[in-house]
Amino acid sequence: MIGLSHYLILSAILFSIGLVGVIRRKNLLMLFFATEIMLNAANVAFAAISSYYHDLSGQMFAFFIIAVAASEVAVGLGLLIVLYKKYGTLDLDNYTMLEG
Amino acid sequence: METFAFYLFSILIIGLFAVTVLSRNVLYAMTSLAAGMVLISGLFFLLGADFLGVVQLIVYVGAVMALYAFAMMFFDATSVIKEKNSSATTVFLLGGLSAVLLVVIFAAPSIGGNLQPLYPSPDGASNPQAVGLVLFTKYLVPFEVAAVMLLVAMIAGIILAGKKMEHRITSSEEENSGEKEMK
Repeated sequence: MIGLSHYLILSAILFSIGLVGVIRRKNLLMLFFATEIMLNAANVAFAAISSYYHDLSGQMFAFFIIAVAASEVAVGLGLLIVLYKKYGTLDLDNYTMLEG
Repeated sequence: METFAFYLFSILIIGLFAVTVLSRNVLYAMTSLAAGMVLISGLFFLLGADFLGVVQLIVYVGAVMALYAFAMMFFDATSVIKEKNSSATTVFLLGGLSAVLLVVIFAAPSIGGNLQPLYPSPDGASNPQAVGLVLFTKYLVPFEVAAVMLLVAMIAGIILAGKKMEHRITSSEEENSGEKEMK
């Protein structure tokens, strides 16, 4: 039988996969993908706790996380497009100067 | 059956997300991320959160991944990314340490087990009905704030991505004043 800890451990594994991605990636688009993985891991944990404690607050938080993720992707991809037009690359090592 | 589905979904999700994190090709990473999102919605259905699963399918797989796919038209998507990593062992050591820490963090409340439901789910209502009841009574203000936030994000995305190719973002003065008027 699957308990709550199974889901929480799965969520922790997914979160650490996303964390490894954030630590090891140098490409900005790949950093965004890793961030999505981490947000999804939090969603899995919220849904599992909400289901096992018969409380809908977890699902509500998951909805708001999805809304935040959607707006983050919209703004972030706009910024990435501007950066790519300006520098021609998405590698983080090239963004050493922060002048306008 | 539930056990089998859980383990199948978990193994597939972990594998697909590992491909996303470790792959050197952006297209492979994006497609495996989309497939992982679909399987995560399967986990939500397994947990009885039907509405959340449908929202996950529509918003993540439908909207976010399509946005990534469209944004990829601006980038050089087919090329293999060359990244130079200073030392792989340090990175994996840090990742492993963070993973252990996270497992401890996540296991702590379930070992303690003294969580009390704050808003128990209503009896006799299916999951979408219960979600509607809770969302439009107790979470009405965050709901409206989230709506405003999505509107702001939409305007920001249009302004940022809709700039002309030859204009720089801070070079001309009238664009800056135009942005201030937008706010």
